[in-house]
Amino acid sequence: MAEKKQINRREFLESCGILTGAAIISGATPFAASSLPAKDEKHRVEARWYEKQPHKKVKCKLCPRECVVDDRERGYCGVRENWNGVYYTLVHSRPCTYHIDPIEKKPLFHFLPGTIAYSLATVGCNVDCKFCQNWQISQIRPEQVDNLNLPPEKVVREARRAGAPTIAYTYTEPVIFSEYMLDTAAAGRKAGVKSVMISNGYIQAEPMTDLCQVLDAVKIDLKAITEKFYREVVAGELKPVLDTLVLLRKLKMWTEIVYLVVPTLNDSDAEFRNLARWIRTNLGKDVPLHFSRFYPQYKLQNLPPTPVKTLERAHDICQAEGLHYVYIGNVPGHRAESTYCPYCSEVLIRRRGYLILENRIVDGKCPNCQATIPGIWH
Amino acid sequence: MNRRQFIRQSFIIGAGFSFLPSAGNMFPTVSALPTKSRVVQITNSLVRYRHGFHRAQIEKMLDDGIAALYDTEEPGKIWRQLFSKKDTVGIKVNCLSGERGSSHKILVEAIAENLQQAGVKPKNIIIWDRLNEDLENAGFRINIENKNKIRCFGNDAVAYDNRLYLNGSVGSLITRTVTRLCTALINVPVLKDHGIVGVTLSMKNFFGAIHNPNKYHLNNGNPYVADLYEMDIIRRKVRLTICDALDAQYEGGPPFKPQWSWQMNGMLMALDAVALDRVGWQIIEERRAKEGFPSLKKAGREPAYILTAGRKGIGQADLSRIDWLKREFG
Repeated sequence: MAEKKQINRREFLESCGILTGAAIISGATPFAASSLPAKDEKHRVEARWYEKQPHKKVKCKLCPRECVVDDRERGYCGVRENWNGVYYTLVHSRPCTYHIDPIEKKPLFHFLPGTIAYSLATVGCNVDCKFCQNWQISQIRPEQVDNLNLPPEKVVREARRAGAPTIAYTYTEPVIFSEYMLDTAAAGRKAGVKSVMISNGYIQAEPMTDLCQVLDAVKIDLKAITEKFYREVVAGELKPVLDTLVLLRKLKMWTEIVYLVVPTLNDSDAEFRNLARWIRTNLGKDVPLHFSRFYPQYKLQNLPPTPVKTLERAHDICQAEGLHYVYIGNVPGHRAESTYCPYCSEVLIRRRGYLILENRIVDGKCPNCQATIPGIWH
Repeated sequence: MNRRQFIRQSFIIGAGFSFLPSAGNMFPTVSALPTKSRVVQITNSLVRYRHGFHRAQIEKMLDDGIAALYDTEEPGKIWRQLFSKKDTVGIKVNCLSGERGSSHKILVEAIAENLQQAGVKPKNIIIWDRLNEDLENAGFRINIENKNKIRCFGNDAVAYDNRLYLNGSVGSLITRTVTRLCTALINVPVLKDHGIVGVTLSMKNFFGAIHNPNKYHLNNGNPYVADLYEMDIIRRKVRLTICDALDAQYEGGPPFKPQWSWQMNGMLMALDAVALDRVGWQIIEERRAKEGFPSLKKAGREPAYILTAGRKGIGQADLSRIDWLKREFG
């Protein structure tokens, strides 16, 4: 009688062809399955910004959605769970990916140019952009991917070991892992490592203010200047994002803005003009504005990549409206990747892609006319 | 007298249409929607005893429901027409709310028994929901490896398909239990209120098949719930919906709240999930009114996604065009 071969669970799943790998995103490092810790689905840390409500419900006070969450349910972000009337974050110290990136990739052009950032993300996001580049990790739940166990102090150690002066909270939406970001940035500050938040800005004032105590710079994706776009394409709202930008200005946080130009959806002259005017009026002329090129992704695959001419039109309109630092991104080699002195037009930082070819800024000033160039240069 | 004889003897069929789709193409296409969709509501006061339910009474309810749904006296024949030995049948339960607020294990076991009598091998029956943990909390025992028994596991055990399924407002990864393992599905939701989308019944139960359900509760789930259920990969595989209404809940869902639950001792059965959802919604509204609660519309959570599903032609959402058969035992 033939002996029956016993197979274990993994073999069974493999035989069914149903083992999943870690999520993969462009430019980030998915973990090899063999190097991962065991899945830790029960990992919970009490959330910092929420209110308890009757009948074991909770109201999240982290982002403007203010999800009211029943017992054993999760908020819109998918990474916060009500368990018996207490709200927990499921992603504290549990990044799904990390990578060493040039700071220019964030993009932050006026923040320690030419340096690297130890960049990490947990899963989850509090919006659902139809064009999301990283939806494989931003639009999933913690239990759907293999995560690392990386407490704040270890992140700081790893950043220092990598020679990164900065930790970047990025790729997905750091708002949804704010507790982890806050604790890591605080640990980093103690150790002399800076922190930057790469965010959609869809956050309430209180947590943003708390975070600003330990952050050094913020990049906000301002996805459009109309509520319609936010409602239909982002599943969010514009006004809270504008409020965040104003708050960052008030708190003197170094801020740069990215505007992804999506053909036919947010690329009219009027929108570019309104964008520039709003920034000039509410934030000032010196806030860097990056126009970024759209590529078909996720749920928005029926549109072509943004024509370079459209980006140039956006650039020209905003410069004509008086903004000092307007950039074009995702078009390597374009002259608008470089930084120019707004007063004498001298080239200050020459870039190609993420490479710094030349940095002529001296002590934060233009070497030609001595004008102060805003940013964090050291 | 055995249960089949009992069914024959006690059989009372209301007037109505009869349609008997053939296995493999169970769900009518949009253009072939019947003028009336039938929903069978069965209640049985004998089903419950002090600490549980009588299996024989549950089997009787299932037999009677199938018989009434198909205007037949031979429910066993219907099970054999609906499912064959070539099928792998997934039983989609709803296990978010622990033992009392989830699909009851005893009902699911009775359904699985009918499948086996129809020729489906135990190993080709999969009881599934989102997470192993949820299934265990509802009293199910996880079985991934033993191929000689009915299998039971969450999406976390088998992961999601790599393909992004897109339809209308929805873009999701779908569990491989649906996309790769199962050829047919039986949907076993629970009759209950939902604090955001109004009611959580047949269509909404498939939020447990996707990786990102948290994204689709906006606007009371409208049109997300309908858009998801409209996907062929789901809708074409669902051959039968049996809504567990042994315990039902009219307020405070989806978590189980005993103060707002009632022992309905029933189940709803249909081929048209939209019609079943419309009937379930009506039952919950009537109970809310009886208990002095405002309508779901006044409460700000009317499940308009059911009406949207009707407008999209996924099924029948007009109560006046639903053949709602009520059967009572005990």
